[in-house]
Amino acid sequence: MNIHVDPTVCIGAGHCALRAPAVFDQSQHDGTVIVLDTQPDTEHQADVQAAVELCPSGAIWVSFAP
Amino acid sequence: MASSRMPTAEKSALSPMRDDAVLQLPLPPQLLQRGRCPFDPPEALDRMRAQSAVSPVMLRNGRTAWVVTGFDQARAVLSDPRFSADRLRHGSLLSDVSDELRKQLLDERLRAGSFISMDPPEHSRYRKLVTGAFTVRRMRQLTPRIAEIVTEHIDAMLATGTSADLVSAFALPVPSLVICELLGVPYTARREFQHRSAMILRLDTPIEDFLRLRQQLRQFMQHLVAHKRSEPGDDLLSELVHSDAEPALTDDELVSIANLLLIAGHETTANMLALGIFALLEHPDQLHTLRADPSLINGAVEELLRYLSIVHIGLTRVALEPVTISGHEIPAGATVLISVPETNRDPQHWSNPGCLDLTRPRRPHLAFGHGVHQCLGQQLARVEMTVGFTQLLQRLPGLRLAIPSQDVPLRSDMLIFGVHALPVRWDDLRLPR
Ligand code: HEM
Ligand code: SF4
Repeated sequence: MNIHVDPTVCIGAGHCALRAPAVFDQSQHDGTVIVLDTQPDTEHQADVQAAVELCPSGAIWVSFAP
Repeated sequence: MASSRMPTAEKSALSPMRDDAVLQLPLPPQLLQRGRCPFDPPEALDRMRAQSAVSPVMLRNGRTAWVVTGFDQARAVLSDPRFSADRLRHGSLLSDVSDELRKQLLDERLRAGSFISMDPPEHSRYRKLVTGAFTVRRMRQLTPRIAEIVTEHIDAMLATGTSADLVSAFALPVPSLVICELLGVPYTARREFQHRSAMILRLDTPIEDFLRLRQQLRQFMQHLVAHKRSEPGDDLLSELVHSDAEPALTDDELVSIANLLLIAGHETTANMLALGIFALLEHPDQLHTLRADPSLINGAVEELLRYLSIVHIGLTRVALEPVTISGHEIPAGATVLISVPETNRDPQHWSNPGCLDLTRPRRPHLAFGHGVHQCLGQQLARVEMTVGFTQLLQRLPGLRLAIPSQDVPLRSDMLIFGVHALPVRWDDLRLPR
């Protein structure tokens, strides 16, 4: 699982950091998303998926390496 | 949320140029009337959704607005840049208002910084300036202080006896004090803004009164900005006044931002706290479930947000160009009203949506909106509710209404739904059992 984010569209609502704190954090400066782990273990998959669904700005997406 | 004048109104502008016009969308009354259950949205809206997720509605001034009641359609509108949040400039809301009032309402200097009614890229600039102060991490750091404030208020309730009005003793002061401390507004000045912001959030405040109240709120904040300029404190307003934003924030912008945060920061959470307790007391099985397992609190807060949907009239957007949603062509300039309560009860999204179920699996809801304007303060509100509900239930055994539930005064007349007062009782802990 590969995590991609686009901080330019992120509005800092924080669902990602709340839902998957091992994978996402927010910048102290402007609150936008920071990826802590671009290839998290599968144990985080459900939380990452939930964050993607909750993110109001479409700033996070996930790809799966072949 | 003061500057976002969300729809409705008893006194609508039936005849043009009435200067007692209000800043609300003149919705037909049946879209505002709740049925027997105080927590359920108007039945007319339910019927509309059963027919179509998007429906045109004839307003009381003869114009048409589109009401969105479907969840997916609501998310689509709220994330579509062809819909603007600047309802005063783009919509027809002001078309029946006198030129003089319109000029004052659209005064650029006074609107600067009020990002809740801006579109990107202007919106993004302001939002990013304040978001750093509302991250999940910052809210975790604030949690102990919020818990302390909650504890002190419950201590005070316990000290005065076994009954209180939960709104004035707890639900309003707790979030007020929290946002005051965060922003750096002296809490002793709360009378300066609590009454005025409450008046602004009434559905029937005439525009002239609105303008006067807005001016008073601005003057109050203007003094505070000047003070933080010379004597900065360890607070958000000082941070903003002394930020290295390029270009620098003007005083007008600072005043608008601060007032937006101040008003949005206490009226909303206050109503969730009081209405949430009312809902729990009216659903004893759910109250029992939560008491029996306090670890359910996070899901319970989300379910209360969904079920109560206190932004009850809805969110307003204006189409900047013709847009087709669910087969309805919405013309440029048309107003769209997204009904938060209806979208949060869309049966395509939830099973038994009319039922309060604190153990419901968590799914996205629209209580905080969606898209670029999704609530800035949501993580703060979550902490306040989690800590607030938990302590209230723990420390007030036998909590119950002190008046018949049908006598609880509902805030049907306000932009944010809730209760005006909630007289409650609890068991006397000081008596030997
Ligand atoms: C349970 C409590 C709350 C609820 C239900 C709530 C609801 C909402 C909703 C629905 C919106 C979107 C408005 C729109 O799209 O037009 C919003 C925006 C906003 N809220 Fe809240 N809110 C709550 C608490 C707070 C708190 C505690 C703050 C503290 C600062 C806050 C500050 C804001 C701000 C600044 C915006 C505008 C964001 C933007 O335009 O980018 N809210 N809120
Ligand atoms: S959930 Fe989306 S918008 Fe919110 S902080 Fe994370 S990436 Fe940004």
